Amino acid sequence: MSFTDYLFLFAGMGLVTYLPRALPLLYLTHKQLPQWLVDWLSLIPVAILSALLAPTLFTDSATHSFDLGKPELLVAIPTLIFALKTRSLGGTVLVGMLLYWLAGMII
Amino acid sequence: MREQTKQTLRDGAAAAWPICLGYFPIGLALGVLTQKAGLPWWAMALMSVMVFAGSAQFICIAMLTAKASIPAIIMTTFVINLRHMLMSSALAVHLSGVSRRFLALYSYGVTDESFAVNMTRFREGGWDHRRALVVNQLANTAWFLATLAGTLIGQFIPQGAFGIDYALTGMFICLLVFQLQDRICIITGLLAAAIAVAWYLMIPGDSYIVGASMSAATLGYVLKRRYRRGK
Repeated sequence: MSFTDYLFLFAGMGLVTYLPRALPLLYLTHKQLPQWLVDWLSLIPVAILSALLAPTLFTDSATHSFDLGKPELLVAIPTLIFALKTRSLGGTVLVGMLLYWLAGMII
Repeated sequence: MREQTKQTLRDGAAAAWPICLGYFPIGLALGVLTQKAGLPWWAMALMSVMVFAGSAQFICIAMLTAKASIPAIIMTTFVINLRHMLMSSALAVHLSGVSRRFLALYSYGVTDESFAVNMTRFREGGWDHRRALVVNQLANTAWFLATLAGTLIGQFIPQGAFGIDYALTGMFICLLVFQLQDRICIITGLLAAAIAVAWYLMIPGDSYIVGASMSAATLGYVLKRRYRRGK
């Protein structure tokens, strides 16, 4: 592909990436939102985080099947406990990495 | 530089570093794949600036390798990134009254990771749109550098060192813990996890993210209203 092809492709991808991010912000921030929408939106972060994480922990992406034995899941349990006890983001990231690294050497 | 600006940059950096750390292995991997797919290094750089969206970039490279057409790649990108509409809507609650010009710039950096970090900070308080923008732009810078490094020197870097592949998973686990404020949040989180796993196993593609989070938030909302009325 030529420079123009790449430019055209990335411009198109950039536009369809940017618009869904920008339109709700530009529109909703200058409106008085109804209470039900605020309540519903307040549950979106926990739901999205959970939905993003769960398939990583509980499924095998190669075979597309349910899996309770992945190192990602085994490491997630002590990492979760550490997060609950310390409430430290940086600490949790480092502990998770360390445990995953150790798990990789053992398994 | 004014003291206030310095403090904003410092706070933003303190919040953004786990994202930047987590972006390195993923960005390097994308860079290596891009280079293997035959794209020049400048195409990688151009792409990471124009399309700041990791999963869409991975799929773009896979589709280019499979000789997919440009409109097909653009359509796929659109579908994958629709989930950010939901995130921007949730962020809007905390950014009311901010100028449209600022929001136009801010929107560029709304990703899964910056959303999760900024949402948590906004909820805890002491956070504002400037600090949030610093998080977005630092994450973008790290992503740009990591993907570029991947195309140039990616093949010489050993994979999986120090468990760095787990950085983003660890970050998401902790941010999820921060979101578990009351019983309704815990139930919503569990529902989202269960629905996401079932959806992911049954329906191919990325629709499980939007599907599971919207269904779980709706169920959680209904439960919350019942609970309130019951009291």
